[in-house]
Amino acid sequence: MNAWLLFYLLVFPGMLFTGILGLLVGWLDRKVSAWFQYRVGPPLFQNFNDFFKLLGKETIIVKDALKSVFVLAPLAAFGILVLLATIIGMSLFYQNGFSGDLVVIMYLMMTYSVMIILGGSATGNVYSSVGAGREMKLLLADELAFILVILIPIIRSKYQLQLDQILTVQQTSGAFIGSASGIIAFIIGLLCIQAKMTLPPFHIPEAETEIVEGPFMEYSGPLLAFWKLNHYMMYVIYPFLLILLFWGGFQWQGIAILWSVLKYLLIVVLMIIIKNTNPRIRIDTALNFFWKYATPLAFIGIILAVLGV
Amino acid sequence: MGWYNKRLAKSLWVFHVSGSPCNNCDIEILDLLTPRYDLERLGIKLVGSIRHADVLLVTGVFNQKIAPRIKKIYEQAPKPIFVVAIGTCVSGSCCFKDSYNITEKRDTVIPIDMYIPGCPPKPEAMIEAVAKLVGVLNG
Repeated sequence: MNAWLLFYLLVFPGMLFTGILGLLVGWLDRKVSAWFQYRVGPPLFQNFNDFFKLLGKETIIVKDALKSVFVLAPLAAFGILVLLATIIGMSLFYQNGFSGDLVVIMYLMMTYSVMIILGGSATGNVYSSVGAGREMKLLLADELAFILVILIPIIRSKYQLQLDQILTVQQTSGAFIGSASGIIAFIIGLLCIQAKMTLPPFHIPEAETEIVEGPFMEYSGPLLAFWKLNHYMMYVIYPFLLILLFWGGFQWQGIAILWSVLKYLLIVVLMIIIKNTNPRIRIDTALNFFWKYATPLAFIGIILAVLGV
Repeated sequence: MGWYNKRLAKSLWVFHVSGSPCNNCDIEILDLLTPRYDLERLGIKLVGSIRHADVLLVTGVFNQKIAPRIKKIYEQAPKPIFVVAIGTCVSGSCCFKDSYNITEKRDTVIPIDMYIPGCPPKPEAMIEAVAKLVGVLNG
C-alpha cells in the first residue's frame, strides 16, 4: 500500500507525469505563440534543455534575502503542485478520492500563490516586492470568482465535496458543461485560471517589461529551474481540474481516448489564444473585471445551478 | 561536462546591457529577436534579469561612469556566463577613441569572450557569432 502511494505521488499522476507533460505542453505554448507571431518557434525539447541548464548553474543567494524562505519557497511550491496533481489525478484516472478533497485542493491552490508572495518578498529586492504585492492583489481579485465557480459543480452534483463523486454524477447524467450554469462556470473558470497562472492578460505580477519577472527576479540556477517547472506544471493541473469539474473527465475506451486528448488540448489552446491576443491590463482593471463582471456572472450561474439548469 | 554543455548550448539566455553606446547596436540586437531572424528556434531568449542570463551582451564604449556598473552587473551574474561584445566600439572605440572619458581597455573592466566588430554588425554576423559560441560549447 505504501509503495503504491509513493508510485502515485512520484510517478503517475504526480511528479514525473505532471513534470514531463507540463514541459511538453509548455513547448506547445511557446510554439503556438511563435506561430501567432509568424515565427518558427523553439524545438521540441527546448523546455527540458532550459530546465537541465538551469539546474547546473550557480545559485546566488542574495545578501539581503531572508535565506530560509528564499530557498524553501520554490521547493515548497513544487511540493504543493505535486500534491495537487496527485489528488486531481487520483480522482481523474483511478476514481479514487477522499471526502472533502475539493476543499483541500482549493486551499493548496491558494497556498501556491502565497508561496510566490513569500518567495518574492524574501529577496529584499524592490521589483520583487512590487511583484509580490501585485500577486497578492491578483489573488484577492480572482479568488472569490473562482470559489463561486467551484460551487456550481458542487450544487449540481447534489452537494458532493468529493471529486470522484462529482465525476460519477457527470458520467451518469451528462457533463455539466452541457447546461447553462455549467457553461458560465467553465468560461469564468478559464479566465480565473488565466489569472491564477499569471498568463497574459493577467501577467501583472511578473510583467517582464516593467518589473522584470517580479517575484522571480532574484532567483538563479536550480531555484529558478523549479519556478519555471512549477509554471509549466500548472498547464497540466488546471486544465485537468476544469475537465474533472465540468467536462466529465477522461474516457479510455476505444475512440474516446482521442476525444479525451482533444478536450485537454482544446482547453490549453484556448488559454494560449487568450494569452496571445490580449495585452497586459492594469491591476485596477483586473480587480474591476473580476469583481464587477465575473463575480456577478458566477452568482447568476449559482442561481441557475440551484434551479437545476 | 559534455552533456551539460550541450544543454547549455541549446538554451542560451541573453541579457543585454548598453555601456554608453549610440544605440545602433542595440537596435540591431532587437532586430535579432524579431520574427524575421527568430533566435528562439535556437533556444535563445532575451531575459529581463541578469540572474537568469547565460550570455551578457555588451555594446558601446565603456566610459568612466558606466564601467563600474558594468563590472557590478557582471559580478551579479550566475556563472558560467559568456560575455559577447557587440560593435566596433567595444573592440576599437570606433569614432570615440579620442574622447576624454572612455576607459582605456574594455578587457580590464570585464573579461570578454567574443568580439563581433561592425558599426553596427549585421544580424547575420551576430547569428554566426552565436553559432560559433554554440560550436565551442559542443566541442
